[in-house]
Amino acid sequence: MTDATSSIPQRLGQPVEITDETFDETVWTEEVTFIDRIPRSIAMIGLFAIFLFIWQMVHAFAIVSPIILPSPDEVGADIVKVGKNLMSGGYMLDAFWITTKEVLIGFFFAIAIGFSLGVLVGETTFGERAVLPYLVAIDTMPKVAFAPLFLAWLGFGIASKVALAAFIATFPIVVGTAAGLYAADENARMLFRSLGASRWQTLFRMKIPAGLPHIFTGLKIGAVGVMAGAITAEFLGGGKGFGELIRVAASQLQTPRVFSLIIYLSLLGFALFWTVVWVERRLVFWHQSSVTGIGDR
Amino acid sequence: MTGTAATEIRQQVAQRGRPVYQLRNVTKSYGLGKIKALDPVSVDLREGSFSSVIGPSGCGKSTLLKVMAGLTPPTSGSVVLEGDPVMGPRREIGMMFQQATLFPWLTALENVMLPITIRDGKHAAKSQQDDARELLDLVGLSGFENVYPRQLSGGMAQRAAICRMLITRPEVLLLDEPFSALDELVRDFMNMELQRICTARNATAMLITHSIPEAVFLSDTVYIMSPRPGRLTEEIRIDLPRPRNLDMMTSPEFALYVRYIRSKLDEGAQV
Ligand SMILES: Nc1ncnc2c1ncn2[C@@H]1O[C@H](COP(=O)(O)OP(=O)(O)OP(=O)(O)O)[C@@H](O)[C@H]1O
Ligand SMILES: [Mg+2]
Repeated sequence: MTDATSSIPQRLGQPVEITDETFDETVWTEEVTFIDRIPRSIAMIGLFAIFLFIWQMVHAFAIVSPIILPSPDEVGADIVKVGKNLMSGGYMLDAFWITTKEVLIGFFFAIAIGFSLGVLVGETTFGERAVLPYLVAIDTMPKVAFAPLFLAWLGFGIASKVALAAFIATFPIVVGTAAGLYAADENARMLFRSLGASRWQTLFRMKIPAGLPHIFTGLKIGAVGVMAGAITAEFLGGGKGFGELIRVAASQLQTPRVFSLIIYLSLLGFALFWTVVWVERRLVFWHQSSVTGIGDR
Repeated sequence: MTGTAATEIRQQVAQRGRPVYQLRNVTKSYGLGKIKALDPVSVDLREGSFSSVIGPSGCGKSTLLKVMAGLTPPTSGSVVLEGDPVMGPRREIGMMFQQATLFPWLTALENVMLPITIRDGKHAAKSQQDDARELLDLVGLSGFENVYPRQLSGGMAQRAAICRMLITRPEVLLLDEPFSALDELVRDFMNMELQRICTARNATAMLITHSIPEAVFLSDTVYIMSPRPGRLTEEIRIDLPRPRNLDMMTSPEFALYVRYIRSKLDEGAQV
């Protein structure tokens, strides 16, 4: 670079001066409140303690009949009892296993069918025009109402429970998948087209990865639905699962048992949900609000 | 610059190449003819030449580029690239868009190799990894090969996108406002890089831009496009010596081109 560079003057402006002066009255700094400082675990335990205390009080003053609402320590004692039965491989473990099987098989079918239908709807004109309206129509129905049908068709064994569980969980997965396939933006599509990518390549290398956040939202809703479906079917159709244990305990007014069974059941739901979240974190590690490019709008 | 030098360059440019791209009476309408985006456009791009199109927003510049790239068919007219009519995306074309459009689930290196992965498979991509690294190095991104796009700044992402365009060694570059999201310093740097790459590879390039200085700086020819329906109304040869450097941007000749093009665009806007 020649004369243009050399013709730049040494200094045109002035250095900006730094002083340590402030206007005292106008100092405004961040405030951290007491609540802000409490770690989450302490806050959660604290709230739980308050909840137990109120429960105990309600019980102590006999505001509600003890048959309807047992005391916390009764429930605690029963949790231990049920836990022992489960650990020792008693009849409750068998029931737990049956429900677990229903939930897992149901979720498997929901994922397989939901994903396939989602791709059909999101990727093909036929799916969008012809299949989607029916899916929407069925989705608006109360799906639990189909339970008697499944029982009539598939009997009182595990199959009818799997069917209802899968039926309920399929729809959010369809919706999540179809929405996910629309998630990739126009620039990404154009880039793939300009590279001469085939339909399959576009689907598997762009649309599905870009849609994973939506797909996982569907899976998480599905994971909750599959539990509800299995237990509802067990309530209505008997069998040997955990739902049946709850139903029997409730009919015998063993309320502490009902509570403790629900708590163990929720462990199953929790495990399923967090497995989905765990897989999501592995696969969708890139999804954050600050992602450059696609998938963030 | 003396008059003789100018004519010399003009001759060089004219001689420099056979036409690579030939457009004849290309028109494009959207919505079953309701929106006319392109009025007949006819233009030749010669081998190794750099052309820019500049025009008001919404006049049909991106449409023109998409038609040239085979991303959308013209309503009428023909586009010929290297003697063959363009009927879809072509391998010899490298494209760049306004947004970097890096895929967040791929590392920088994987993003750069994506065109190869798609065209020739994972295996081929692997064998060209060194090429990709070299390109990243060239644009100052060495050390960022295994970084995901969210950890790159806008300018860095755009540089990675350039590498992705170049990895297939395209003979023709179609650039749709690739640097408009960048700050001026980075933009100048990118323009220098682009000039160097185009010269080194003797690539034929077509740039769409809203920046008059950028168009003048990079181009052998600047085309002015009319408001919609877009038509190329004037062709301005930029007779500045090459390689160009940033200091030239303050020269009187440069300023003259900029002023001239601005006045032409103003005229167009008043119609
Ligand atoms: N897919 C489409 N369908 C309908 N109309 C379109 C479509 N794409 C572009 N247009 C219209 O065609 C015209 C030209 O669009 P184009 O994108 O080519 O403009 P442009 O010159 O690139 O503008 P800008 O400088 O703002 O990017 C616009 O009026 C736009 O509304
Ligand atoms: Mg445009």
